[in-house]
Amino acid sequence: MRRRLTLWAFIVLCVVGGLAQDADTAHIDSMHFELRHVTVYGQRPYAEVIPAQRLGGKQLEVLSSHSVADAIRYFSGVQLKDYGGVGGLKTVDIRSMGSNHMGVFYDGIQLGNAQNGQVDLGKFSLDNIEEVALYNGQKSDIFQSARDFGSAGSIYLRTRYPKFATGKRDNVNVTMRTGSFCLANPSVRWEHKLSPNVSLSLNSEYTYASGQYHFRYRRVFSDGTLAWDTTAVRKNGDLHAFRAEGGVFGASNDTRWNAKVYYYDSERGIPGAIVNNVWKRAQRQWDRNFFTQGSWQHRVSDRYSTMANVKYARDYLRYLNPDTTLLLVDNEFWQDEIYVSTANKLTILPDWEANLSVDYQWNYLNATLVNFVYPTRHTLLTAVATAYTWRGLKMQASGLYTMVNDRHSSRQAGTTVQHHSNHLHRLTPAVFVSWQPWQQHDLNVRAFYKRIFRMPTFNDLYYTDIGNANLRPEYATQYNIGAQWQWKSERGLVSAVRLSADAYYNRIDDKIIAIPTGSGQYRWTMMNIGQVRIRGIDVSTRLSLRLPAGVALDGTLNYTYQRAQDYSNPEDDHYGGSYKGQIAYIPWHSGSAIVNAAWRQLTLNYSFIYVGERYHTSANIPVNHEQPWCTHDLSASYAFSWGAVNGKATAEVNNLLNQQYDVILNFPMPGRNYRLTLKFDF
Amino acid sequence: MNPKSQEPAAKRLIARLRLAHCCVWCMVLLLLAGCRNDEPLYIPDAVPVTMPEYTSVKGFYLLNEANMNSNKASIDFYNYETGKYYNYIYRAQNYGVVMELGDVGNDIGIYGSKLWAVINCSNKVEVMDKNTVVRLGQVDIPNCRYIKFHEGYAYVTSYAGPVATVFDGTQSQIGYVAKVDTATLQVVDRCLVGYQPDELEIVGNRIFVANSGGYNPNNYENTVSVIDISTFKEVERIPIAINLQYVKADRRGVLWISSRGDYYTAGSNIYAYDTRKQRVVAKLDCPVGNMWLDGDSLYVISSEFSKVSDTYRTATYQIINTREMRVVNEHFITDGTEQAIVQPYGIAVNPITKDIMVTDAKNYVTPGRLYCFGPDGRRKWDLLTGDIPAHFVFLGENVNEQ
Repeated sequence: MRRRLTLWAFIVLCVVGGLAQDADTAHIDSMHFELRHVTVYGQRPYAEVIPAQRLGGKQLEVLSSHSVADAIRYFSGVQLKDYGGVGGLKTVDIRSMGSNHMGVFYDGIQLGNAQNGQVDLGKFSLDNIEEVALYNGQKSDIFQSARDFGSAGSIYLRTRYPKFATGKRDNVNVTMRTGSFCLANPSVRWEHKLSPNVSLSLNSEYTYASGQYHFRYRRVFSDGTLAWDTTAVRKNGDLHAFRAEGGVFGASNDTRWNAKVYYYDSERGIPGAIVNNVWKRAQRQWDRNFFTQGSWQHRVSDRYSTMANVKYARDYLRYLNPDTTLLLVDNEFWQDEIYVSTANKLTILPDWEANLSVDYQWNYLNATLVNFVYPTRHTLLTAVATAYTWRGLKMQASGLYTMVNDRHSSRQAGTTVQHHSNHLHRLTPAVFVSWQPWQQHDLNVRAFYKRIFRMPTFNDLYYTDIGNANLRPEYATQYNIGAQWQWKSERGLVSAVRLSADAYYNRIDDKIIAIPTGSGQYRWTMMNIGQVRIRGIDVSTRLSLRLPAGVALDGTLNYTYQRAQDYSNPEDDHYGGSYKGQIAYIPWHSGSAIVNAAWRQLTLNYSFIYVGERYHTSANIPVNHEQPWCTHDLSASYAFSWGAVNGKATAEVNNLLNQQYDVILNFPMPGRNYRLTLKFDF
Repeated sequence: MNPKSQEPAAKRLIARLRLAHCCVWCMVLLLLAGCRNDEPLYIPDAVPVTMPEYTSVKGFYLLNEANMNSNKASIDFYNYETGKYYNYIYRAQNYGVVMELGDVGNDIGIYGSKLWAVINCSNKVEVMDKNTVVRLGQVDIPNCRYIKFHEGYAYVTSYAGPVATVFDGTQSQIGYVAKVDTATLQVVDRCLVGYQPDELEIVGNRIFVANSGGYNPNNYENTVSVIDISTFKEVERIPIAINLQYVKADRRGVLWISSRGDYYTAGSNIYAYDTRKQRVVAKLDCPVGNMWLDGDSLYVISSEFSKVSDTYRTATYQIINTREMRVVNEHFITDGTEQAIVQPYGIAVNPITKDIMVTDAKNYVTPGRLYCFGPDGRRKWDLLTGDIPAHFVFLGENVNEQ
């Protein structure tokens, strides 16, 4: 019976989707490659107690993803808040804790946004990204900067590390993507070996999209008869973006370092909500992000290793509302960030390590707002962590001590009236444990506990007339228990199997929520009024098959169940009340599947995303109900060689069944769309 | 434990894991099948509330604002003669109206045979039959705010006039009052007033418009604009206080005008301006969020936010006697129900029975609640409304004359 079930599942899989090469191996190879270069100090295959969900290498390449946000949808436990289109805002909510609890790290250093706390993952192209990894709690490796301990969940984006074939000193890659929404997306990369240990990488990309697409809104009555049906064009979603990136990478036996410069410049329309009598908007946004960062790791002795990171970032944002029927807005914001960090790991006994990290960060926000208070924030983070291994048991505990000092001045009519200083210090712990009961079976049982907070952002605190300087930090407490089992075989039909499952309980206290300040939605402010409890299960599995005729089939499935309830107001517990209601936009059931097949130079990929029924507010009554949606994406790519030039052509059809759906109410998503990619390496 | 005894256990476990693995694959593949259906428009059943009541007041409409961008403005109707409450009556009565009522309802009124709803973020005034709520048409007025009627015309305030430079250098739109022919639903004239005009009131042959200047917190407006109806020109600006919102005229020609204050040092307040004596005759020192005038009683609710402390002050429920020009009742809710109200938002008083309706906007994103109190301040009933229940109008004979 069991065998038949297995067989059935396999047959369905073959029918449903395509097939691929063993991407798992590819990604582990690249990981090992890096480990060889870096920090194979211990005896362990990886330093983390609980491994991450990862997408990398070939698997990432064949996914129909334009930005990091698109790729992250395939992880379990993650909900993407997508306002639609190529240029629309895309943020990630991990395990329903809210997007502000998510830390995003670019080559090991956090991308900050002291202004609104949100990193728009739609702005990060996958063009130069080699791996995307998602950690719940934190990366459970102790040798890291204090900021790595400071978020409730983290996404690590690792850019491509230059690799050279024997005898080669230069790698050049030219890529052109085009498709629906008038997409034009050329990119170029040059990698050069400066010396056996030092290499250089330069990468640049331009993206243009008109962002226009048709959408259809259709409503029926509960008996199925048509209420209304309308088709319109989504406008003002255009995007012009330029990105340039350069890095120098160095590695020797005991040292590894890199230095990077990143620049992003964009102009986009903000398509806005579709509401009665308003079918297009005029708001526009300009972003300029610049950062330069450096990282250096050195193994001083067998017992002591040290690491240093530095970063300077400057971000510019201009928001313009030229619509004369609304409040005219033309605001500009400038943010500066300086960051320095040191981490020091001591191996006390072969299986006992300790780490001390100290980070200092300075943020400043300047704006053209009237009565702006020009806030400055000094953050000092100290993390102490220890890891202990005993037979199959790995344990890790860390404490993060955060000191924040905010300074701002209140101004009236342009003159400084008063200086203010707010001080905050908190200690937050985390514990991670994993246990492998049988050495011959790759089965791990794991658990973690973590308590962390997010600081109110500069906008939450100081935005003129809206911010609330009395906000308290918003706390996230997480409990997680789970297991992972892996099995690999060198022969037979099944080459690898992986199954992991986690159950978790999270609570968010003092959640920061925007509410109007009085009658009429005339002025808003921020208050610490939310309480959320989240109970969830994440299940993830991967299966790799060796089929006859050299066909490799690889499939990944993720399923998430979440009960994320609003506990903010216990009095509001009657019909239509919010108490214990599922919070806005969090589905009970969601899942994703990726199946890819590879045969010689041909790769087929099928990916699927399902988001179950949801409500758009925590009052879970029929008028607030949102239908489930799912999208099917297909891609095929063919690799070829012309002498020294390796080429690859990819064609994609996304949202194959032309599903018309909203992720956020009144923000329609694109229907069926196409993309062509042509890539040359030499 | 010896490793050999562990071995069968491990094998059993691995076998189960294999099975579990297959189950997960099947489960997600099943999800593929049951995907999206058409979004149904849900129409709630009528809610039986209380015993029918037969007076000249047949019922009332309640306009729910709903949160910006949600497009969920809705109209509820309470029928006194059946004792039943109808949520989403606009939806139920207007099959096939694309995108329904619109985004952010801001005012509602009845004139002649028509029901008028000002839908702020949909830039229109929706015109319906007052008995059936069937849509008759719309009047496009960008960023429209409040409405009043006079001799065959509707007067609607709008924030969206021509752009001008305020004296501190910032750009802002001058507000205006649109004159709408209630028969043809056409805008026939416009009259510029102050910045961001809110409620308006008509006394005799003059329109009084409360200017807020709310888009420019550094430079709030502090005047009421006076428009002569016959020429439809602004003739005067009367200084009252900053950031004005409501204006209601009592039967002696005294305007009761509310100021939102600046949320910092200046709190909200109510001023009485006598149109005959042409001067401010009283300042009430009474915080105000919303108010309703019934005869000589001005019912005032407030839940004021202070930017100084960044907290809400305790909500108040007061009655001002407009003849005596003072607060005569500091707690018109007498049975402790105010403890359950999170954000008092809208208010209305039945002109015959003097029952008091108070709405609770709660967290502004979930459905609100409507409380009905008897004249003695004791709760009679309460029920679920749409999101942000806010603006009332009574249906019946002679109920809109004040």
